[in-house]
Amino acid sequence: MNFEFSEEQKMIRQAARDFSKKLEADVIERDYKAEYPAHHIKELAELGFLGMITSPEYGGGGMDSISYLLAMEEISRVDSAVAVIMSVHNSLVLAGLEKYGTEEQKRKYIPRMVTGEHIGAFLLSEPEAGSDATSQKTTAEDKGDYYLVNGTKNWITSGNTASVYIVIAQTHPEKRHHGINALIVDRHSPGISCGQHEDKMGMRSSDTHSVMFTDVKVPKENRIGEDGFGFTFAMKALEGGRISIAAQAVGIAQGAFERALSYSKERKAFGKFISEHQSIAFKLADMAVKIENARNLVLKAGWLKDNGKPYGMLSAMAKLYAADMALEVTSEAVQIHGGYGYVKEYHVERLMREAKLTQIYEGTSEIQKIVISRLLLRD
Amino acid sequence: MKILICISNVPDTTTKIKPTADQKAIDLANVQWIINPWDELALTRALELKDAAGSNIEKITVLTVGEKIVEPTLRKALAIGADDAVRVDAAPKDNFYTAFQIAEAVKGQSYDIILCGIESSDYNGSALGGMLAEFLDLPGISSVSKLDIEGDTVRVNREIAGGFEVVETETPFVAIVQKGIAKEPRIPSMRGIMMARTKPLNVVAPAPAEPLTSFVAYHSPKPKAACKMVDAENVEELINLLHNEAKII
Repeated sequence: MNFEFSEEQKMIRQAARDFSKKLEADVIERDYKAEYPAHHIKELAELGFLGMITSPEYGGGGMDSISYLLAMEEISRVDSAVAVIMSVHNSLVLAGLEKYGTEEQKRKYIPRMVTGEHIGAFLLSEPEAGSDATSQKTTAEDKGDYYLVNGTKNWITSGNTASVYIVIAQTHPEKRHHGINALIVDRHSPGISCGQHEDKMGMRSSDTHSVMFTDVKVPKENRIGEDGFGFTFAMKALEGGRISIAAQAVGIAQGAFERALSYSKERKAFGKFISEHQSIAFKLADMAVKIENARNLVLKAGWLKDNGKPYGMLSAMAKLYAADMALEVTSEAVQIHGGYGYVKEYHVERLMREAKLTQIYEGTSEIQKIVISRLLLRD
Repeated sequence: MKILICISNVPDTTTKIKPTADQKAIDLANVQWIINPWDELALTRALELKDAAGSNIEKITVLTVGEKIVEPTLRKALAIGADDAVRVDAAPKDNFYTAFQIAEAVKGQSYDIILCGIESSDYNGSALGGMLAEFLDLPGISSVSKLDIEGDTVRVNREIAGGFEVVETETPFVAIVQKGIAKEPRIPSMRGIMMARTKPLNVVAPAPAEPLTSFVAYHSPKPKAACKMVDAENVEELINLLHNEAKII
């Protein structure tokens, strides 16, 4: 048992922390205007965060999951909109491509993605298929040497900015989820259009769109894995993505906690600092315990992944616990700030809005309970 | 051209510094160590010069005097972009001792430019650069806030009262740099962190020497007095407080 981070992991965490200081300068304004963080994403790419867990063979950093999760936590401490762009790009798209793509697909797509020249998006959710991902209405009709894709995808992070889509679509409806395929699709293919930027509650500066496909031709060689592998591919990608979102939830909570802690030592009420009132001190203690619990779940899931052990159960547990914890902790941070917590200037209301999304995307809290209970009851 | 940056390993500027109970040392528990901010800016400027088109800088070396605990700080400098690092394996006891050790380690290494931060953010000695120049018998230029290289000529700005002066010099020399030398420190990239694993970090034994001074005791500054607000209308209370509580009138 070793709870020490390596020097390299510490250095990566510090680099992410230094980077996140720059996000702080305009995060409130970008959130208010729902403005895409283009210059920050450019720097994120220059620093190598957009390919950090990809193998050096394809131009990536070859870092372990723990380093990546530490970086996710640090960036989410300040700005989850930037963190989610990084998460989808790394955990769902790049990791999925590297693990299941053909050598040709990897050579073609990954090198320009790790440099940030091309951003990746993962297109699974549909207007009527969110949690029930088996009910894909988007079709990928087999036309011999290409697939003809039709349908609509919803809630797509980086929907308009991404150049590389991984699209989950149904090829053989009669086979239900065994008929689903995952296709690499060029965003600029004829027949693709993006809906309006979604006016979200939180993480407003990441660009979330619906994406419409009308007779989009996708070459056969862009299919990931065997015919019908798409659903398994999506579930495997999400298994890894979940730890990343759990780390994001820990970061959001940590950011709110630090602000609440510092505020409690500055603000006076009834003649003393509010941190000296037991009601506030106990809140801080509860928040710290919950964050630490969630962080340990996240790191254990990451450790299992890095050591080639099954991590599905832990990643679902981490996502479930961390997301619920983040909403509780951020809500308490707003409470500690009182009226100041309810205005934008103090950040905590934004962090609370961001926390809510971690209970919903990449598998709702309810879906995580299905995953955990099925694994528990399997044998 | 070869550039040497003398690096000091200092507590993070946000760390709350406190003496140990016996006041004989600084309590190092929970201290987060960083590159001294002025040294980090010096490194940043050196890297900018190396990255510039037509640069003739072949190597940037970072050096520190310190025990093994300082190695993460040197690794960070390597991750940021330094080519190699040297650690003189001794605790930096005072300015004289540290400058002497650096001079001994550097002699015969033919560095063209040696950069030192104007002071370290922990002990604020502000003496090392000057001593080092003297030990090495090199010109020493203090308060440098800008440094450019044109061919073999180096032009620097020196901060002086009411403005700055421009100084030209030839290499080799020691520059004691301050704020302005570079805009902001670089964040190490993932590639840099990965490459830092394999860059040389050479440990050299200290030369025989004794410090000229020793620390006797450390004390924290007195805590700031609480601020008491008095209503502008209530002059009587103000007079009363100044007279009876603060006892200054």
